[in-house]
Amino acid sequence: MHKNAGSENNSYEFILDCNDITKQYGGTQALNGVQLKLKKGQVHALIGENGAGKSTLMKIIGGLVQPNSGTVFFEGKHYQAKSPVEAINAGIAMIHQELNPQPYLSIAESIFLNREDNYKNIPILNKKATNERAVKVLKKFNISLNPKIHMEHLTLAQIQMIEIVKAVSTNARLILMDEPTSSLDSEETEHLFNTIRDLQSKGVTIVYISHRMDEIFDVCDSYSVFRDGSFIDSGNISDVTKNDLISLMVGRVVKNIFPKVECSIHDVVFRAEKLCGKGFKDISFEVHAGEILGITGLVGSGRSETMESIFGLNPLNSGKMYLYEKEIRIKNVRDAMDKGIAMINEDRKEYGLCLFRSITENISLPSLRKKHKGILINQKKEKEECNEIASKLSIKMANIKTDAFSLSGGNQQKVVVAKWLMDRPELIILDEPTRGVDVGAKAEIHSLMCQFAAEGMAIIMVSSELPEVMGMSDRILIYHEGSLNGEITRSEILSGKENQETILKKEFGGR
Amino acid sequence: MKQERIQVQKVNLLKMDQHDLNIFMKRYGIGFVLLGMFIVLSVASPRFLTVLNLSNVLTTVSINGLLAMGMVFVITAGGIDLSIGSMLALGSVTIGLIMNATGSIFLACAGSIIICALFGLVNGFLVAKFDMFPFVVTLASMLVIRGVSYVMSGGYSFALAKPEFAQIGLGKLFGAIPFPALIFVIITLMAFVLLQLTKFGRYVYAVGGNIKSATASGVNVLWTRIGTFVIMGICAGTAAIIMTARINAAQPNIGTGYEVDAIAACVIGGTSFSGGISTIPGTFIGVMIIGLIFNGMNLIGISSYWQIIMKGLLIIAAVMMDKFINRKN
Ligand SMILES: Nc1ncnc2c1ncn2[C@@H]1O[C@H](COP(=O)(O)OP(=O)(O)OP(=O)(O)O)[C@@H](O)[C@H]1O
Ligand SMILES: [Mg+2]
Repeated sequence: MHKNAGSENNSYEFILDCNDITKQYGGTQALNGVQLKLKKGQVHALIGENGAGKSTLMKIIGGLVQPNSGTVFFEGKHYQAKSPVEAINAGIAMIHQELNPQPYLSIAESIFLNREDNYKNIPILNKKATNERAVKVLKKFNISLNPKIHMEHLTLAQIQMIEIVKAVSTNARLILMDEPTSSLDSEETEHLFNTIRDLQSKGVTIVYISHRMDEIFDVCDSYSVFRDGSFIDSGNISDVTKNDLISLMVGRVVKNIFPKVECSIHDVVFRAEKLCGKGFKDISFEVHAGEILGITGLVGSGRSETMESIFGLNPLNSGKMYLYEKEIRIKNVRDAMDKGIAMINEDRKEYGLCLFRSITENISLPSLRKKHKGILINQKKEKEECNEIASKLSIKMANIKTDAFSLSGGNQQKVVVAKWLMDRPELIILDEPTRGVDVGAKAEIHSLMCQFAAEGMAIIMVSSELPEVMGMSDRILIYHEGSLNGEITRSEILSGKENQETILKKEFGGR
Repeated sequence: MKQERIQVQKVNLLKMDQHDLNIFMKRYGIGFVLLGMFIVLSVASPRFLTVLNLSNVLTTVSINGLLAMGMVFVITAGGIDLSIGSMLALGSVTIGLIMNATGSIFLACAGSIIICALFGLVNGFLVAKFDMFPFVVTLASMLVIRGVSYVMSGGYSFALAKPEFAQIGLGKLFGAIPFPALIFVIITLMAFVLLQLTKFGRYVYAVGGNIKSATASGVNVLWTRIGTFVIMGICAGTAAIIMTARINAAQPNIGTGYEVDAIAACVIGGTSFSGGISTIPGTFIGVMIIGLIFNGMNLIGISSYWQIIMKGLLIIAAVMMDKFINRKN
């Protein structure tokens, strides 16, 4: 195995030194002569808007993508990985932004894929040894999952945690983390941060990508900013403020990420009474026209499960639902849509997008039934409407006809949002609507939410990001292990009676 | 500012920019292979580029063409149908029985289309409702349908009561356009409209592209999937009419192996086996390429054994070319 680099000569200034990296996709210039310089043992934040080229550079270093030009030095030596295996062998591990779990492998098998244990001297897999190893590494992360469970049964957050465990367990000297926290809750994020600090003390270098500014100021030492495929600036985190970074990223000043507009709240639109289903029980709440109802809780506390059942994706065991005080029954998604309910699913890859179809087709899919009378699609109208909403959300794309696959992660998320804003529903459920979306676009999505609320829509917003929930909601419901554990109003937050700590306490079951 | 962000190289070919061109190449790049075959064959044989020969080509490909136009729906929605060869036999026997009993050509043709559509419905229902693998379901129904056509016919071929019926296979519109070619072209146009311009077509792409996302977007996944199998049945029933007319007899043993050519035409035409990607023009080109292999090699005088080998190699070449053009890097 590799020796720890710490004892070797330190003849290099930077452990990773990338210069003039260029990458073109067809006609799109994803990277335009960027640099990235990392000092050993630092946690380095790589920030930039959606589509700035962050993931592209990570994929180049991780050996998934070949650059058109540029040089990379790793530990003072010329480095070029033609495949992920070469990167891993050189001591570089990567946590991907888009998760690609192997559904039929067990947790242990996926963590140690390519690094399996054999019986002594015979090439036969020793599953027991692998499972034991898995239990050990999982324990370090406080994950109490059975390593024999298949990946297909895990939630998005769990899959993300397994990816993290996998990368960390390779004993790499450089770990590239591409939005590792986008689907994690505060508890899991805290675990990750502890791990990062632990790794750092062992001399491991980390590249950390995130659109959550608070996190960057929590764990990072230094930063680099990309904008539109170009390198803009780098420096030490201690020398800058949040607003400095944001204006470096966007090229302008974003005044307020949470442009909450107080608007008058009208009648009850939707009411749930004692809903029970897989993962939640006795959930009762109501949401009014013009109201943004925030829902938070730890991942796996039943938030998303409740919402999916309301939207007809999963069956309800019992309970009643009322729309405008009339009882409704929802058998499937079409039922829900016909009644004026829409939902943005948290898992954009599984439930949100057809990756290999065009942006237009993705955006217009749910609204085809209502918007186009007869059997034919009015192609011109469709194109105009999609272009309009795409520019409203400033989706960065080469062309509206290109595949959703070619978009950066945050821009894919915007496509999912666009999809459901096309036809104005009465009630919209947003499950992690700004996952992986940059600050500028976040502000845009938030102000759209306010605009729709002002027009009388009822909005339910599920989010793990507490600043978002606190900044946007009129009322907040807190989940704990499948039931509601507390309700907070906006005035209680504004008056300071409730804050991040008190909400977290409720998420953990406290009062 | 915003406009400058995305640098798009202008390529002034057919007024398309780089991205349109990429998309065009991705979808229709295989068309250049067809063009190449045309050029080579016209140089190699003076008899190739004649109206007579080309309308012959269209006639010979019509049966496979009809099957491919149905198959492309099924594969696009993420399925496969192996039972179409048997459907040809069932259609043929149905035509014979109805024609000999009622004396009506119209009822006989309608019967063939309806019975094949019904079996398509059963295939689709089993696949979509119970979430069974289409490969397995249609493998089984291939046997069942073949058996049914033997039972219905008593195992024997038999003559048709109406000799005029053969005109569907032999006759020409205005003395120039063979009826099978005409039917093929009309069905192709209908398939184009249905798959690429209607809501149903969009749903087929969505279901094949990502079935969970289609469900979560309110698409009626069950009926979309069933619909593709019914369309396959209708196409097979129509192909059975042409085939029966051309042999001028009802036969329960025809059609074995026809699913292979139909699937091959789809794949050569750029249809993705994992679903969600296909075009009707591409499929049409695939059908023509397979047809030209036979026609062209016959003209040049290459034995049919080599033609089979060529077909196999071409499928691999087409898939490789597809990978090359669509290289995700
Ligand atoms: N496979 C691809 N084909 C074509 N274009 C691509 C491909 N992958 C990325 N791009 C383009 O390259 C640019 C940079 O994308 P990248 O994924 O690196 O952005 P990012 O900074 O990671 O953004 P995000 O914060 O949204 O994840 C984008 O404009 C994107 O559309
Ligand atoms: Mg990215």
